[in-house]
Amino acid sequence: MYSAIVFLPLLGFLIAGLFGRIIGDKASEYITSGLLVVSCLLSWIAFFSVGYGDGPVEQVPIATWITSGALSIDWSLRIDTLTVVMLVVVTTISALVHIYSIGYMHHDPSRARFFAYLSLFTFAMLMLVTADNLLQMFFGWEGVGLASYLLIGFWYHKPSANAAAMKAFIVNRVGDFGFSLGIFALFALTGSIGLDAVFAAAGDLQETTFLFLSWDVNALTVICLLLFMGAMGKSAQFLLHTWLPDAMEGPTPVSALIHAATMVTAGVFMVARLSPLFELSHTALTVVVIIGATTAFFAATVGLVQNDIKRVIAYSTCSQLGYMFVALGVGAYGAGIFHLFTHAFFKALLFLSAGSVIHAVSDEQDMRKMGGLRNHIPVTFWMMIIGTLALTGFPLTAGFFSKDAIIESSFVGHGAAAEYAFWMVVIAALFTSFYSWRLIFMTFFGKPRASAEVMGHVHESPRVMTVPLMILALGALAAGVLFAGSFIGEGYGEFWKTALFVSEENHILHEMHNVPLWVKFAPFVMMVAGFVIAFYFYIMSPETPKKLAKQHDGLYQFLLNKWYFDELYDVLFVRSAKWLGRFLWKQGDGRVIDGYGPDGVSARVLQATGWVVRLQTGYLYHYAFAILIGVAALITWAMFTGGGAN
Amino acid sequence: MGDWPLLTIVTFLPLIGVLAILTVQDDDAIARQNIRRAALFATSMTFLVSLLIWASFDPSDPGFQMVEKRDWLGGAMSYHVGVDGISMLFVILTTFLMPFCILASWKSVEDRVKEYMIAFLVLETLMIGVFTALDLVIFYVFFEGGLIPMFLIIGVWGGKRRIYASFKFFLYTLLGSVLMLLAIMAMYWQAGTTDITVLLDHDFPAGMQTWLWLAFFASFAVKMPMWPVHTWLPDAHVEAPTAGSVILAAILLKMGGYGFIRFSLPMFPLASEMFAPFVFALSVVAIIYTSLVALMQEDIKKLIAYSSVAHMGFVTMGIFTMTTQGVQGGIFQMLSHGIVSGALFLCVGVIYDRMHTREIAAYGGLVNRMPWYAVAFMVFTLANVGLPGTSGFVGEFLTLVAAFKVNTWVAFLATFGVILSACYALWLYRRVVFGTLDKESLKSILDLSTREKAILIPLIVLTILFGFYPMPILDVTAASVDQLITKVQAATAAAQQTALIVGN
Repeated sequence: MYSAIVFLPLLGFLIAGLFGRIIGDKASEYITSGLLVVSCLLSWIAFFSVGYGDGPVEQVPIATWITSGALSIDWSLRIDTLTVVMLVVVTTISALVHIYSIGYMHHDPSRARFFAYLSLFTFAMLMLVTADNLLQMFFGWEGVGLASYLLIGFWYHKPSANAAAMKAFIVNRVGDFGFSLGIFALFALTGSIGLDAVFAAAGDLQETTFLFLSWDVNALTVICLLLFMGAMGKSAQFLLHTWLPDAMEGPTPVSALIHAATMVTAGVFMVARLSPLFELSHTALTVVVIIGATTAFFAATVGLVQNDIKRVIAYSTCSQLGYMFVALGVGAYGAGIFHLFTHAFFKALLFLSAGSVIHAVSDEQDMRKMGGLRNHIPVTFWMMIIGTLALTGFPLTAGFFSKDAIIESSFVGHGAAAEYAFWMVVIAALFTSFYSWRLIFMTFFGKPRASAEVMGHVHESPRVMTVPLMILALGALAAGVLFAGSFIGEGYGEFWKTALFVSEENHILHEMHNVPLWVKFAPFVMMVAGFVIAFYFYIMSPETPKKLAKQHDGLYQFLLNKWYFDELYDVLFVRSAKWLGRFLWKQGDGRVIDGYGPDGVSARVLQATGWVVRLQTGYLYHYAFAILIGVAALITWAMFTGGGAN
Repeated sequence: MGDWPLLTIVTFLPLIGVLAILTVQDDDAIARQNIRRAALFATSMTFLVSLLIWASFDPSDPGFQMVEKRDWLGGAMSYHVGVDGISMLFVILTTFLMPFCILASWKSVEDRVKEYMIAFLVLETLMIGVFTALDLVIFYVFFEGGLIPMFLIIGVWGGKRRIYASFKFFLYTLLGSVLMLLAIMAMYWQAGTTDITVLLDHDFPAGMQTWLWLAFFASFAVKMPMWPVHTWLPDAHVEAPTAGSVILAAILLKMGGYGFIRFSLPMFPLASEMFAPFVFALSVVAIIYTSLVALMQEDIKKLIAYSSVAHMGFVTMGIFTMTTQGVQGGIFQMLSHGIVSGALFLCVGVIYDRMHTREIAAYGGLVNRMPWYAVAFMVFTLANVGLPGTSGFVGEFLTLVAAFKVNTWVAFLATFGVILSACYALWLYRRVVFGTLDKESLKSILDLSTREKAILIPLIVLTILFGFYPMPILDVTAASVDQLITKVQAATAAAQQTALIVGN
């Protein structure tokens, strides 16, 4: 069954990819979506049987991959609670996105290719979450990167899409640079990269130091930090986040599936999966907290002022991923994964609803050209409201349970980093609420700002698009109530079993239920405050935000330009690499190596032969003169040396 | 069949093709077509027969197999051939790629077809000979002999600056080889034989090893090519006809790496140990330096040529870690690069045949008219980037894993190559294939023909197959590499012990 879950999407990819032209677009859509639905149903069965049954950790071997000396790596599936949670998230969202895309993409000429890519992505993501060793995880990791690259650049005639696709791949490679070094280090120190063997060696690694580059460092900490670098790239954390907003160039279903619900959470999954390593390295966890908290705050500030509907949600995703890392960093792995789980539903819902809006207003994404859409597309409107409620943590929605759990756990976390994180995520909660309601008000309320022609075309999306929205809305409303007990409540131990590791001293889940009352109410207050401010700014007095932006133009530009990271990186890395490349080519290869090497030598040879040629003048008296001098020299030499001997 | 001289047959079968081609006297269209068919037939037959070598090869035996030996010049040297796990797959790679080269030249070469095909067939014999030779003199003859047909291929059928390129190629490689010839003579006077199997067990004095190592290194480093003696390669590639580039990248470059594994490591283990940091430094420089240079190229072939230098950096780095993973990874990387870079040059050839330019700026938006081509080029680009699931990944991973164990700085710096390769390869792809097709000259470009599909599809299949299941290659090489590593380690350990005793 587990093999079927993982390989059915691969089958879909192969059919749609290889024979898409022959069987046609319609067949490709139905085949890939059908296979995904089957895979999704099987995943839910697996979820209940593993999570709520008493199945042990199961390993399903498939084939050998690489064997060389002591290094031996297999393709195999690791099934435990963490895996099945991810299986459910990935296949459910993917199946719904497949179905939604049938409607959303119906104008597109190359739908077979689109669905093939979607299924390829799903396969790679499933390989990632079922990996039993780090290299297979890396395979899935790069595989989803490839699918993301292909899908962001799906509309290849758009230069901006091509640039965004490349940027996504390359920034992720920067993260993978760390990930692969982490894998090398694990193999060098433990002789294996299988998860079980590595976990068994974690205790020893904690005690070991080794020479990394020129410094003697704690083995476990360095390994965790290197691996975390990979997670930062994939989950678009602070410093490696620049690719995610640009990735919105892809079709909207792609943004929902890859850049909101699944792929970007791979980093969170990885840290949770490697909890036996991270849990033992205090330093690494502190770094995770700081990066997560900074991202949560940073992305939320940028989200406040964006005008592109998808970019607002993209920064929101980035910010929410920061929340998850905060939870992981303070040791509340369950809370982090729970937020991953609920976030998948409501963020996919928000993106797909946004897609429905974009669909309705003839592919316009700028919120300044929307407004007043509430009565024209009521289903989409209500779906978006549900998503927003869940995202802002309205009581009893999914986000309420998971987000509040993170805020509480960061409060009880130990150390200055946790305290920093607490304030960051509380402030970010205010921002989240503000930009989410700002989006709603700008899009659905007020007077229509679109042209009359566009408004005339506004229509509700077809069933094939709205039904997936409703299912996701159900998840966004109910996932918290239904599963909070198992993920972070009293059912924790029974549900997770050995999938998440917590050390003896880690009582965070217990402590977070006993926080002061004001901490419990803080997120709620922030949510209401954000709503009220947004309501005032965009409904009551629409002139205020404009005035405010004028008054603080510096700050406004700073936020609007995303803290100028793109400009900074362009100068630091892109231009300097290009300059260096040209310099090494023209000066290094051209002037130095060729200049002193082959070209130089041949030039010298030519020069020397030139001199020789010049000597051969053809005049007899020149030669006679030369002979005369030669003879004179010889005689002189003989006189001085030979003559003295007698 | 067991006592057939399989290796000799495979080595000289292409020459029979040459004889057949020589019988064709006319120079009209039909004659040229017959010549092409004869060449294709000869290379295909050679490939099929060479498969018998793989079939009868015993992967558990680390020694030389299918050995043939005949005395020559009164026993001073001998015609001695055989294959082990290290060389066998290079023979197969050579015979496998030759038919593709002939097919790739089907339409693009119209001038002196007869001489062209003869040059290729002779080249094939010489290349196979390099990998099967078990006598230093024979090896040297094959190794240097290969220069001549290649020199002609570039110089006669090349592009505008072909004369410059072919002389640069010839002089660079010959200069290195002269030193190797001196070393071979020195070895003969020291050990009394040029038989490689005997020399492998011969202990050269430590001081002599240093000089011999350097002499061999001069030759192999140019062939690889390692930084800073790489500048002949971009020129040679740019000017060579497509098939010439394929052979150059896929096989001639591998002779350097093969030489390191066959000679430098086992015969001069102490010197190898001593010079390993030096090789690491050159490898890392090659990986980063040439990747950056590749980034800025304006000529597609030059870009791929520079990326080849970077990839060969991984090979030398892996080999001189002197670990199982490193050497196996190096071999794998060479074989994979043989397929992938060969395929990339074939891809360039496809559009060059249509447009007669290699300028990146002359292309753009090819995907609109050439979807098949876009897929093929994408697969090889990704393999070049080293994406897991393609053959390009396995070799890179193994060499880096090995390097990390030996020296973290080396692995750290070399891993930058992984980022840079993504930059230059994807940027190339974006500029050539993606975008809108708005250049007038490209509006009527045609997608892959059946012949071109027949060339590229098998290569795609292998690239992906070996990415997911590299065991056929790793299994074959395992035993021989293990034996090699054990030998090298024993030698260095013994030397250390002696040093200790002397020190006391």
